[in-house]
Amino acid sequence: MHLTLYVWRQKSASLKGKMVRYAADDINPDMSFLEMLDVVNWQLNEKGEEPIAFDHDCREGICGSCGMMINGVAHGPRRATATCQLHMRHFKDGGTIYIEPWRSRAFPVLRDLIVDRGAFDRIIQSGRYISVSTGSAPEANSVLVTKQDSDRAMDAAACIGCGACVAACPNGAASLFTAAKVSHFALLPQGQPERQSRVIRMVEAMDREGFGNCTMHRECEAVCPKSISVDFIARMNREYLRSLLKG
Amino acid sequence: MIREKYGNLFEMYERITAENPYDVPMRIYPAMHYTMGGLWVDYNLMSTITGLFVIGEAKFSDHGANRLGASALMQGLADGYFILPYTLSGYLATAKLGQVSIDSPVFQKSESQHADRVKQFLSIKGKRTVDSIHQELGKLMWNNCGIIRSERGLQHALEQIPGIRKEFWRNVNVLGSEVEINQALEKAGRVADFLELAELVCFDALERAESCGCHFRKEFQTPDGEAHRDDEHFCYVSAWEYTGEGRRPVLRKELLEFEYVTPSQRSYK
Repeated sequence: MHLTLYVWRQKSASLKGKMVRYAADDINPDMSFLEMLDVVNWQLNEKGEEPIAFDHDCREGICGSCGMMINGVAHGPRRATATCQLHMRHFKDGGTIYIEPWRSRAFPVLRDLIVDRGAFDRIIQSGRYISVSTGSAPEANSVLVTKQDSDRAMDAAACIGCGACVAACPNGAASLFTAAKVSHFALLPQGQPERQSRVIRMVEAMDREGFGNCTMHRECEAVCPKSISVDFIARMNREYLRSLLKG
Repeated sequence: MIREKYGNLFEMYERITAENPYDVPMRIYPAMHYTMGGLWVDYNLMSTITGLFVIGEAKFSDHGANRLGASALMQGLADGYFILPYTLSGYLATAKLGQVSIDSPVFQKSESQHADRVKQFLSIKGKRTVDSIHQELGKLMWNNCGIIRSERGLQHALEQIPGIRKEFWRNVNVLGSEVEINQALEKAGRVADFLELAELVCFDALERAESCGCHFRKEFQTPDGEAHRDDEHFCYVSAWEYTGEGRRPVLRKELLEFEYVTPSQRSYK
């Protein structure tokens, strides 16, 4: 395959960036999108040009490190697929691909396709710990969880924190991410002691970081590589209201 | 039932292969998945550096010579939930923790060592990319210290690694600078580490003249091709003491004693 790429190049957070054209030649359709970028980078490196910087780690869709706007869509054209799981067979030979970093005020670009997702870390930190006894294994049947709750909590826990939801949202909201984290613990018995304070703190942290508000465009759900449902946003809103009233 | 248990794996498989495993048989082949071992720790999970605790897969123990899927979670949880709450708090309760300043000579020395190393990477300005050296080392290890190992292959790898290391330090080209994010520079640091680690893994695989867990030596197999254990001679943990780059590490044997169960050959039949 031979492709034309337009890639956002930006040397550092303080410098201006621009789109740069590259040729991606001899691309095997069975390569992943990141492997295609690896090949382009090897070629750049051989020519003495600095490679395109992008985040990546597990390359099997479970770590949440990678993510970029591909032809204007977070993680590219395939549903429920992280950038690393996207393969070149889904692109047309001879086509053009535009690659940009996540675009959100709360995710400043650090270099090329790498953005600072520290805002997500701070939302997680604001949720603090859960109170559980450590030191010995609890008796297996002492804490009961219904299958329904366990499944719902697991669905929420599937969030890998990649940030595609924010990048796709016209408001730059982090609601889907925060809702997944809040719901995960609100549904489980282990999350009950801090249930009220946690949702208040996390929603406040989310607002503090400069994310926008959710107006239910559902763009987040459409690009989420883990298919996290916007139902969790409704759950977060309910949890928040409940905590305010109880508080 | 299959969807419930393996849905996420099937989804991953479909993304990679473009084949739906619910419809067509899965194509599976053996591959390296993990490298056993890690930093040596004592029963309290403290390393040879006082106060430095190592948990999860950064340390050596727990799953022995074979690592099954999801052991990362098991090891992290077991250490974090059951061991560290006792041992770390025990250490903190008894240790004298003074103020540490960045003016301390130890800190200064370490900082300047690292700064020198970064400068060294950037000043070599050779002809090889970090990736090309990484791939050369990777291929050598894959062929000689991978799923099937032999004395000859391991010795061959041990002869080759010093040459690749020399090539790296003489002829690598790391572009860019140290003041902004530089992934090539980060990778150069990792590959420099791998060049030492690869040699250690080969030393260990060569010394262990038996097959055990994921360590399969061609010379040590049963007539029907299964791993041939030698618990009489190799019932120990190999703890290798670092003696400096390019120098042979020293083997410290920690004997394994089994009181209730005895190790036996695993049958996959």
